[in-house]
Amino acid sequence: MASALINVPATARRGDIIEIKTLMSHIMETGFRHTVTGEVIPRNIITNFTCRYNGDEVFRADLFPAFSANPFISFFTVATESGKFEFQWIGDNGFQETASASITVT
Amino acid sequence: MRRLRNISLSLLAAVAFTSLIEAAEIAPGERRSGASFMSVETQAMQNDATANPGMLGVLDGEALWTRKPVAGRACADCHGDASSMRGVAVRYPAFDDKLNRPVDLEQRVNLCRVDHQQLPPLADESRDLLALTALIGRQSQGMPIETGADSRLQAFIDKGRDAFMRRQGQLNLACTNCHDDNWDKRLAGSAITQAHPTGYPVYRLEWQGLGSLKRRLRNCMIGVRAQPYSADAPEMVELELYLMSRARGMASETPAVRP
Repeated sequence: MASALINVPATARRGDIIEIKTLMSHIMETGFRHTVTGEVIPRNIITNFTCRYNGDEVFRADLFPAFSANPFISFFTVATESGKFEFQWIGDNGFQETASASITVT
Repeated sequence: MRRLRNISLSLLAAVAFTSLIEAAEIAPGERRSGASFMSVETQAMQNDATANPGMLGVLDGEALWTRKPVAGRACADCHGDASSMRGVAVRYPAFDDKLNRPVDLEQRVNLCRVDHQQLPPLADESRDLLALTALIGRQSQGMPIETGADSRLQAFIDKGRDAFMRRQGQLNLACTNCHDDNWDKRLAGSAITQAHPTGYPVYRLEWQGLGSLKRRLRNCMIGVRAQPYSADAPEMVELELYLMSRARGMASETPAVRP
């Protein structure tokens, strides 16, 4: 049951610098912790995040065990044309989630 | 000898009197939400619905609200849209006629599951239970807390207040020693807050997840090295009830973020 919160401005003027905020639900288990009986809790993290703007990659990040649970990633880009932002999170154990948001550029 | 005893008696009385004064509750005008003790950044995180990680729990709750069990009805089949829950969470813990005692929101959700959905109760602090209480709590965000308006609750509020004032644990501290007497100070770098539970379930950054008021109370009890109450202990609900009634009139922030 993974859910994402995306904040992309609905409208912008051409050339505006816009902030994009993303929040993905994930436990981000580091792989360094042990259970009470001493067994290692296997690593389970998101390893990669990408954002595409009308197909072009505008942001990419690699994630590591030190990231908090439910990683919040915010970044900036330039609004060039109306269209769609597509977000993708890839992680351990075949984790793969996508989300998208539209923007109207005037 | 007799004179000496008189002096020591009056000294004892003076000590008892001072500790009574110290245990005074916070004046209504001086009440503050735990949010006001947080950094500006954490406050901003709480106030932005797309940056508040507690909202992920609310999203999960929305999915659970409409999910149909194999047999029986979904929450939405009886209650309709989750927005019908507006004003509900700010009344909890509330008096239950059948049980003849107060129940908190977690217990209410589980009673509903058992009585009306023929489902097993959700485990204490489980992801699903926190998601549902976050969803229900979110509907009342910004509304004033009303808990304790029901006169049948008064006896239970008094019991909760007694527990709040009672010294406990190896450190021999009562809740009031920190949260009434020393809320303007810090403990190991962290703000001692006024113990107004305005935003539960909260997303606590230290926990990296949502947690209920009961989890927070267990935290505090372990902190003073006392034996925490079990999850469904009536004492726990009484304490929750007293704390919520203490925050009566303050705005609900669910799902709040805390450091």
